[in-house]
Amino acid sequence: MSSTSTPLALIAELTHRCPLHCVYCSNPLELAKRKVELPTETWVRIFHEAATIGVLQADFTGGEPLARNDIVELVRAARKAGLYVSLITSGLPLDEGKLAALVEAGVDHVQLSFQGASEETGREISGTSTHPHKLRVLTWLKQHRIGVTLNFVIHRQNINELEGMLELVEEHQPGCVEFASVQYYGWGFTNRAGLLPTREQLDYCIATLKSAEAAFEGKTRVVFVVPDYYAKFPKACVGGWGRQLMLISPDGTALPCHAAMVIPGLSFDNVKEKSLREIWETSSAFRKFRGEDWMEEPCKSCDHRHQDFAGCRCQAFLLAGNPAATDPVCSLAPTRSNVDAILADIHRPVSPIPEEKRQWVYRPNPA
Amino acid sequence: MKPDLDATPRLAAGVRLNEKTQQHRMLLMPERVLRLNGPSLEIVLRCDGKNTVRQIAEELHKLYSTAEPQRITEDLVGYLAVLHKKRAIDF
Repeated sequence: MSSTSTPLALIAELTHRCPLHCVYCSNPLELAKRKVELPTETWVRIFHEAATIGVLQADFTGGEPLARNDIVELVRAARKAGLYVSLITSGLPLDEGKLAALVEAGVDHVQLSFQGASEETGREISGTSTHPHKLRVLTWLKQHRIGVTLNFVIHRQNINELEGMLELVEEHQPGCVEFASVQYYGWGFTNRAGLLPTREQLDYCIATLKSAEAAFEGKTRVVFVVPDYYAKFPKACVGGWGRQLMLISPDGTALPCHAAMVIPGLSFDNVKEKSLREIWETSSAFRKFRGEDWMEEPCKSCDHRHQDFAGCRCQAFLLAGNPAATDPVCSLAPTRSNVDAILADIHRPVSPIPEEKRQWVYRPNPA
Repeated sequence: MKPDLDATPRLAAGVRLNEKTQQHRMLLMPERVLRLNGPSLEIVLRCDGKNTVRQIAEELHKLYSTAEPQRITEDLVGYLAVLHKKRAIDF
């Protein structure tokens, strides 16, 4: 398997439990229940196996990773294994003592999510009150010398709060701020009609963030993840299928990306039965779209394939019905018209939907 | 932004070197890694918040004695500016 590179990052989806109900949650529609979650000792084994095969970073995510009672122990174990530990959190279950314990256990970096710059937007998007507590968490984070990233998920309903978000960045000066456009899989795909920004909103966003990038240089790194329905070429999704990262879901299923379970016909391995190395090298799901042999035209003979790896397999399935097709967001894709039709639909002049009539499908908190 | 020669660069919050025992020395950062080798590693190892840029330059002059000192200092200052922009170091 000399052609198989080693993964750089392990995405540890520790649980699907979460006190928030965000309408664009990246978790699958079918959420894992608590009783199927991996025990502490299995995660500890995974961290050691990951470091052994060359993984450098572990991203603790969920759901809400702090919903695990053993979170401090897991952070300590991952650090001890030699991994760089990021905690991707809503901040909701955090208090000052818990944060201090996590820092003491070795957490390197906390990524705190925000649903907007106001309590109202936060409440509408996450189905619960979160904003005031997140502001408290921000001030606690400053008491420790760890990496801090603010993550704003951007969409049609909160782009108008961009200025307020930038004020928060200016005030708290995190090392990094991400403005991550909603990705349309799972819950985001279900709620897409209310989330896709307009072209005008996107142009405003790009211009505003460009000047913010210059203003914050040397203090806060500004990252903007574009909504790829508007892109000319697709994103290099997960840095290429089975090339850079491995996601372990709460029950131990090893996935090439968050959404891979939507693709029919893939069979996944579980860390309860196999080692990480064996899964990385031999899992049929990881091999399915690794390299370039599986590609179809126009990707097969396109120079961009070395940069974007034909884009996203899940998106190809969701929008073109074929997971091996060119990502339909690509301007060269035969199915680009499917994406253009979706965009045309949201730009049709219709009377705005009053807020009380907006129909969100909120993600539940699994038992 | 270029550092002053009297500045004392140090790794930014959330940035650290990986373990010495691993195959390659890497600078681990939020969401990113930077592979270090040769001069870049020598420089980062000295970004401890105590060494001044001037002192780091002097040590590099000794390590790379065949290169022109002025050029080494310029390259050092340029590299530190890049690391600063990437939010890998503070000074």
